[in-house]
Amino acid sequence: MSRLTIEKPWQRWLIRFGVFVAMAILTIPGLWVVVTAFRPNIEVLARPAVWIPQNPTLDNFARLFGLSSEQQGLPVAQYFINSLVISVTSTLVAVAIGMAGGYAFARFRFPGKGGLFLAFMLSRTVPGVALSLPLFIIWARIGLIDTSMGLILVYLAVNVPFTIWLTDGFFRQIPVDLSEAAQIDGCTRWQAFWKVEFPLARSGLASAAIFAFLTSWNEYALASQLTRTTASKTMPVGLMDFTAQFTVDWTGMSAMAVLIIIPALVLTFVVQKHLIAGLTFGGVK
Amino acid sequence: MRSPAATPYLLLLPAALVILSVVLLPLLVSFWTSFTNYNLTRPATLFNFIGLRNYQRLMGNSDFWWAFGRTIIFITIALNLEMLLGLGLALLVNKITWGQRTLRTIMMFPMMFSPILVGFQFKYLFNDSIGLVNNALFDLGLIKQPIAWLVDGNLANFSIIFAEIWMSTSIFAILLLAGLMALPKEPIEAARVDGCNPWQVFRHITLPFLMPFVYIAMTIRSLDVARAYDMVRIMTNGGPAGRTELIWTLMTRTGYQNSQMGMANAMGYVSIILSIVFTFYFYRKLVSARTFMGGAQ
Repeated sequence: MSRLTIEKPWQRWLIRFGVFVAMAILTIPGLWVVVTAFRPNIEVLARPAVWIPQNPTLDNFARLFGLSSEQQGLPVAQYFINSLVISVTSTLVAVAIGMAGGYAFARFRFPGKGGLFLAFMLSRTVPGVALSLPLFIIWARIGLIDTSMGLILVYLAVNVPFTIWLTDGFFRQIPVDLSEAAQIDGCTRWQAFWKVEFPLARSGLASAAIFAFLTSWNEYALASQLTRTTASKTMPVGLMDFTAQFTVDWTGMSAMAVLIIIPALVLTFVVQKHLIAGLTFGGVK
Repeated sequence: MRSPAATPYLLLLPAALVILSVVLLPLLVSFWTSFTNYNLTRPATLFNFIGLRNYQRLMGNSDFWWAFGRTIIFITIALNLEMLLGLGLALLVNKITWGQRTLRTIMMFPMMFSPILVGFQFKYLFNDSIGLVNNALFDLGLIKQPIAWLVDGNLANFSIIFAEIWMSTSIFAILLLAGLMALPKEPIEAARVDGCNPWQVFRHITLPFLMPFVYIAMTIRSLDVARAYDMVRIMTNGGPAGRTELIWTLMTRTGYQNSQMGMANAMGYVSIILSIVFTFYFYRKLVSARTFMGGAQ
């Protein structure tokens, strides 16, 4: 915004100070966990508090993967693989299915359109915790408890409505004339979609995919009830392995937290620009 | 469009099948279960119809009403504070001309954290013996005894709301900042020429323009208010003595720990209706704000 209001110097410093404090509050808690992941347990428990890390160590990470001799490792590598397989599979399928749905909403007029769209969105409002109860009953009966397949299906349903919402917006932004021109030039509608509209929507689809991936990667409420063992436990559920009744392994948990956050961090940076666009234009314009 | 009438339905078929089988079917099952005294340990009770007794018992259950009331208050306080703080942050960052892109990236930081991680992080920070908060207060000489942030009922509720606000203020700030950047300059200049003070400009031009963005953020947030479950689960799990119990934690305790699936599903329905009402309310506001702005499709 251009300077419509001329600020006095003290006002400018006040604004800078306010921004600085806000940014500190937003970043320090997370950074503190990252720092803890690289500290020995003894330092974290020390009294009086040790503020500057004295002996940075990778031991906590080694412990997670069973590489440390002093303590038995947790099956974190397996959790990581489970999380990856479940999130990637459900994301790919959700984007394929959601893209078809979003295209239908963006390009066709048909009876019941408004109602269907609302129905999809309302299905997304059902809290995961509430949905986990009946899913637990059904999955137990048909043998999907503690399988990757069971969780993939659930995340598919969680991600499809939001993917539809996003892709609907992305396809709407592409002028209809482009695919019509291609069809006049002899393409079928199917070809026109893949040759004209799909390439144009590709970056939008990528951000829809990243949204879906992050949702699955971070999900806890459903996963905690529908998984039991290393066969399907994901990272967020595995995090709870570190808490016993009265004790918490703070450094181990911090190390695991770092492992969970890294993929999310990288992907959020990648998708940053589309994230804002994707969130706003469903609503405005 | 020259396509046969069935095309859109065919395109929507896979999505509809997924939602029908993984959301609607379970919802029907849980609807049925909420009218039975289904107990996980006795599978036969799934077909034991008991009418409205679960709902009647809920209505007379003070634990449930406490959790329900606390959930409503929790949502109301959290959403309002997130909105106000997000607006404040967006206005501040909007005033900064240098390094704004970096600031926006920093603001996204909490959005990368899964709720379970946010819960863990604040469980650690608010820990009474080794937490960052108490350590800082100690070393600054502000306290002599550790403050039991997560053990005292009121402080635990404060800590949870703090964590919730930390997690979600960014969504508001980022969306409102996008709104501020799209704000047309002409009406503001015209208003200033006509002698409006900054407050009047904000109240009558900036704020009405931002309202659709506020409602988008509110709609997105109300879609997943139940994320707070993950956070509370790891921070206090409803304790101490049920003082931070929300409807979601009470539901899982009833269903999985006490095996009373019928009762838990009745609670589940209350929580589903709650979420739908919140989302629908803001969605309607969003649609009307858009119409008011003249930007409706």
